[in-house]
Amino acid sequence: MSSGLIVENFTVNYGAVSAIQDISFDVAPGELVALIGANGAGKSTLLRALSGLVAPVQGSASWNGYSLNGKKPEDLVRQGIVHVCEGKSVIPELSVAENLALGGIWRRDKADVLAAREESLSIFPALASRLQQRADSLSGGERQMLAIGRALISRPKLLLLDEPSLGLAPLVIEEIFKVIDRLRRKLGLTVLLVEQNAVSALRIADRGLILNLGALLTSGTPDELMADPQLRTAYLGI
Amino acid sequence: MFIDTLLIGISSGAIYSLMALSLVLVWRSTRIVNFAQSGQAVFSTYIGYEIAVRAHDYWISLPLAIIFGALLGSLVDLLFMRPLLRRVKDGPIAEIAPVIATLGLLGLLQSLLGLIWGNAFLQYASPLSAKGFTFGSHTVPFSPQNLFIVLASCAVLVIFGFIFKYTNLGLALRAASFQPEIAQLAGVRVSRVRNIGWAFAGATGALAGAVITPTATLSPNSLDLLFVSGFIAAVIGGLDSLVGAVVGGLVLGIGFSFILQYIAGSVTFLVGFIILMVVLLIRPRGIFGRDAGRHA
Repeated sequence: MSSGLIVENFTVNYGAVSAIQDISFDVAPGELVALIGANGAGKSTLLRALSGLVAPVQGSASWNGYSLNGKKPEDLVRQGIVHVCEGKSVIPELSVAENLALGGIWRRDKADVLAAREESLSIFPALASRLQQRADSLSGGERQMLAIGRALISRPKLLLLDEPSLGLAPLVIEEIFKVIDRLRRKLGLTVLLVEQNAVSALRIADRGLILNLGALLTSGTPDELMADPQLRTAYLGI
Repeated sequence: MFIDTLLIGISSGAIYSLMALSLVLVWRSTRIVNFAQSGQAVFSTYIGYEIAVRAHDYWISLPLAIIFGALLGSLVDLLFMRPLLRRVKDGPIAEIAPVIATLGLLGLLQSLLGLIWGNAFLQYASPLSAKGFTFGSHTVPFSPQNLFIVLASCAVLVIFGFIFKYTNLGLALRAASFQPEIAQLAGVRVSRVRNIGWAFAGATGALAGAVITPTATLSPNSLDLLFVSGFIAAVIGGLDSLVGAVVGGLVLGIGFSFILQYIAGSVTFLVGFIILMVVLLIRPRGIFGRDAGRHA
């Protein structure tokens, strides 16, 4: 049986426009792969297709042999595939506690939901003191922490993270990336991390994929990618 | 006289509250203002009437009407709303199309009722007395049936208040209505949860119809005006708040009653709209409405 995330000949439309064309790649179990590209390169669309929010036009994807095609997001969550989407994936009208509860709402093992909730709160202590506040009273960084904290309560195996750094201050970005790095080592998570902030992402990634206009331009280890002068200027912004 | 007027206000206010509650329930779970609600409610009331005629027992007909109301609500979602929303996904039309569709559905349901039962005024009687309670020599304009309506309103408020606030289903309902996509990504089966929301609202509408109708008559349009008042009450209350719906209903009922008593009957309905306008101007989110969330 094939293990990890395997994407083959994936083509996805964004509305009527083709956003992703014929992409193939894989992410090994426990690996953190950064998907890098400019705005409009199709990164978010790719994640949306992997988590079942939109259907690919063509191609297939599987996670540890389980086909993702034709599945709804709520089914994929139950398989451990959790997507934290762009722009702080929290429900602003609900309290912090309710947003966290949402992550375990479908799980039967309530004792483990409680344990996971405690773990999330110990990773993000800022949330613990604000449980009863509405999520829209949180800062951008705290919302991102809440989104990740909620995702952890679902006990993910494959985490799809969409631009966790979006709109955050540099210090907060650093903290979020540190947490992601620590979490995946501690929990053995497989992570597909979509980022515009290439340098931060590559610092914690095992591998980087560079996406350009919906097609895969190149891939390699962070060192290889950073060493390429053309990539540095065109895609990594350094 | 003052007490009597107040009691009349409370009993009609409770009726508006029930209608308002059923609207708030659909709104809270789907973000759709359901204009077909009065049609669904009156349909369920006809079913209650039919059962009461055959079984000679109001108390058997009431729960069955409520169950029918829940099923009808669920079917409206499955056969009507879902296919519609599958076709119109985004743009301004996606916000307005479902609301217009509920208007169409209202016409459809009421014509259907006319075809089955005719347009005559029917009596759906309850064993509770419609005569006011008597204290000493004074009979107040508040009957056991009125009391029952008030209690039904309170029960709906307490039951759904509890469900929304303290259960996983309630959390899922709220999450699905605020941010369906994020709810889905968190594992909420959004379409199933919404369907339950439609069923809850349908059941509440049916309860409203079945407890109100014994105080009047039953015809395909008999709940329309009450529904308009219920709608005003819901908006006054903030459309999102169960407590707001009840308070809105009472404000309206008591307001109407005092105007009828001390000013003139002809202006009551006008005053309803004036109250609505004033509330919308001063507090567009309603007395109990919270920030964000009103779209349609």
